[in-house]
Amino acid sequence: MKGVFAHKFWVIVWPYIWMLVFFALPFGFILKISLAESMIAMPPYSDIWSWSDGRLTWLGSLDNYRFLLEDDLYYLAYFNSLRLAAVSTVLCLFIAYPMAYGISRMEEPYRSLFLLLVILPSWTSFLIRIYAWIGLLKTNGLVNHFFMSVGLVDEPLTMLHSDFAIYLGIVYGYLPFMILPIYANLMKLDHSLIEAGYDLGARPWKVFLTIILPLSMSGVVAGCFLVFIPAVGEFIIPELLGGPDTLMIGKVLWQEFFVNRDWPVASAIAVVMLTFLIVPIYFYRRLEMKQLGVGE
Amino acid sequence: MNDAKVHCAVEVVNVSKYFDDVAAVDQVNLKINKGEIFALLGGSGCGKTTLLRMLAGFEKPSLGDIKINGVSVLNSPPYQRPVNMMFQSYALFPHMTVEQNIAFGLKQDKLPAAQIVARVTEVLGLVQMEKFRSRKPAQLSGGQQQRVALARSLAKKPALLLLDEPMGALDKKLRMQMQLELANIIESVGVTCVMVTHDQEEAMTMADRIAIMDQGRIMQVGQPREIYEFPNSKLTAEFIGSINLFKAVVSGGELTCDELPGQVVAGEANAAFDGPCYVALRPEKIRLEAGRNLDAKNCAAGKVNDIAYLGSHNVIHVRLDVGAGQGKVVQVHVSNFARHATQTFDFEQSVVLSWDQDAVVLIKADQP
Repeated sequence: MKGVFAHKFWVIVWPYIWMLVFFALPFGFILKISLAESMIAMPPYSDIWSWSDGRLTWLGSLDNYRFLLEDDLYYLAYFNSLRLAAVSTVLCLFIAYPMAYGISRMEEPYRSLFLLLVILPSWTSFLIRIYAWIGLLKTNGLVNHFFMSVGLVDEPLTMLHSDFAIYLGIVYGYLPFMILPIYANLMKLDHSLIEAGYDLGARPWKVFLTIILPLSMSGVVAGCFLVFIPAVGEFIIPELLGGPDTLMIGKVLWQEFFVNRDWPVASAIAVVMLTFLIVPIYFYRRLEMKQLGVGE
Repeated sequence: MNDAKVHCAVEVVNVSKYFDDVAAVDQVNLKINKGEIFALLGGSGCGKTTLLRMLAGFEKPSLGDIKINGVSVLNSPPYQRPVNMMFQSYALFPHMTVEQNIAFGLKQDKLPAAQIVARVTEVLGLVQMEKFRSRKPAQLSGGQQQRVALARSLAKKPALLLLDEPMGALDKKLRMQMQLELANIIESVGVTCVMVTHDQEEAMTMADRIAIMDQGRIMQVGQPREIYEFPNSKLTAEFIGSINLFKAVVSGGELTCDELPGQVVAGEANAAFDGPCYVALRPEKIRLEAGRNLDAKNCAAGKVNDIAYLGSHNVIHVRLDVGAGQGKVVQVHVSNFARHATQTFDFEQSVVLSWDQDAVVLIKADQP
């Protein structure tokens, strides 16, 4: 009995140690820095407590958070990031769902091939692939060349350094993360359920809405989170494809850290961003638990 | 002529289905009467499931026509056919309750809500599942799921009910019980039903008529009794029950069977024909006696080779030891009338087999 308990304990303890070392501890540092004051030193922030005369004195403050509230730059950056991420997620979903459905319905040699084609771009560095888009989208780039040679436009379109380019970059970069969970979910779907829907008089669109979509919902939700969460904090894509006036929280974070060298404000931004993301993650977990409950 | 049309619910006219040039269903003609339970029986790959799926509309015939109540449904998709199917896996929607599952088809017809509720209650009563209406399928046992699946396929009052291997997902004990119950429910509703099965017992228990299929063709159609007692080919004879076959020839109205020592006389039921054939004898229609005294006709001598005690009857294998059929093993079923059997048999005991001329079935040999 005791032996079984000890065994279980060691299985469970590892993920906790992992989370402690690689999540809780770094987050603790960030939280600590966010309560400190910026100063020119090494490291560039003050202590949040001091030890003198045998007494511990608290020096930290919430000033950095107050500062985030005062300057509307941060509001706008957060709002813009959430908006860009949300729109990109929806675009991804609309492109990925038909692709995932199509692949899941393919015969065997083609199914593996198309799945490979979805994953294949990830074998190249993300950074290089985003750079490649610069070459394609710039004013004298390949896309404009093509449009002008077929006479679609008279003068080159400005595509690079715009919200359009950011959407394109995010959708392109994160599409596999939307396709794969939906595909995995649709593969598990029993085809006779679809036939039963037709058999009972439902037209194809109705079968999709009432049977296929609800039964693949957990894949859709998983895919949305896999795209939305990293897209909110995305830095490379807005930096390379976005315009100079594109406000995204990932970019602001970078600027605070490396341009202004204001670690405390940057940390406060990171903490707030995490809080924003925890809310949807919490709801996702609840949904997951509910589904598991039904399965029991 | 007109009358015949009214009684015919489903007409399969010269239907063939090819998959990559291979005929899964080969020139099938069937007429299924209103209100009967019709079984398509055959081994795996015989085309019975393809035929069923063509009735449902999931496959389109390569050739031929399918008529339901006299109207061709060839160009109707599954959702427009007056046909409902009970799937082998039941295919209950896991995200819906029992009630929602049954209401699904009714909602597609845009019936008023009150009418849907009334109909759901009615069919749930029919399968005695009223208490489970708000359960999810995962919370039901296999037998209960089957009842719900049946209720769902009956809810829309289809002109034709299809059952795909209805007992396939149940264990043996439950199977026997559900076979009779399902057949009773279907008969009480009066719906025409086509079922697919590979289990002859299931087909014989549930169906009014059976079609035996092999390699995409219908080999024989008839009531269970007809098929058992008057098989028209070696294949159907062997597929349903056990049978002993002896090579024989009919020429000029005279039957010669080299594999049996005495003269074989067939009953009147065997129409005269010419050419190679089989003398077929069901094991339970052969008498077994100790001794070696042979009559002039319809008997054979041998030694007991094997005995299997099955409770209700014994299966005794007798090795023939006289005549050209020497060494051939014949299966005989001996009923257990009494608990203290008066006559028992031992291994290597000499016995005489005999049978009535009425028991003899002549089956034309397929190919010489």
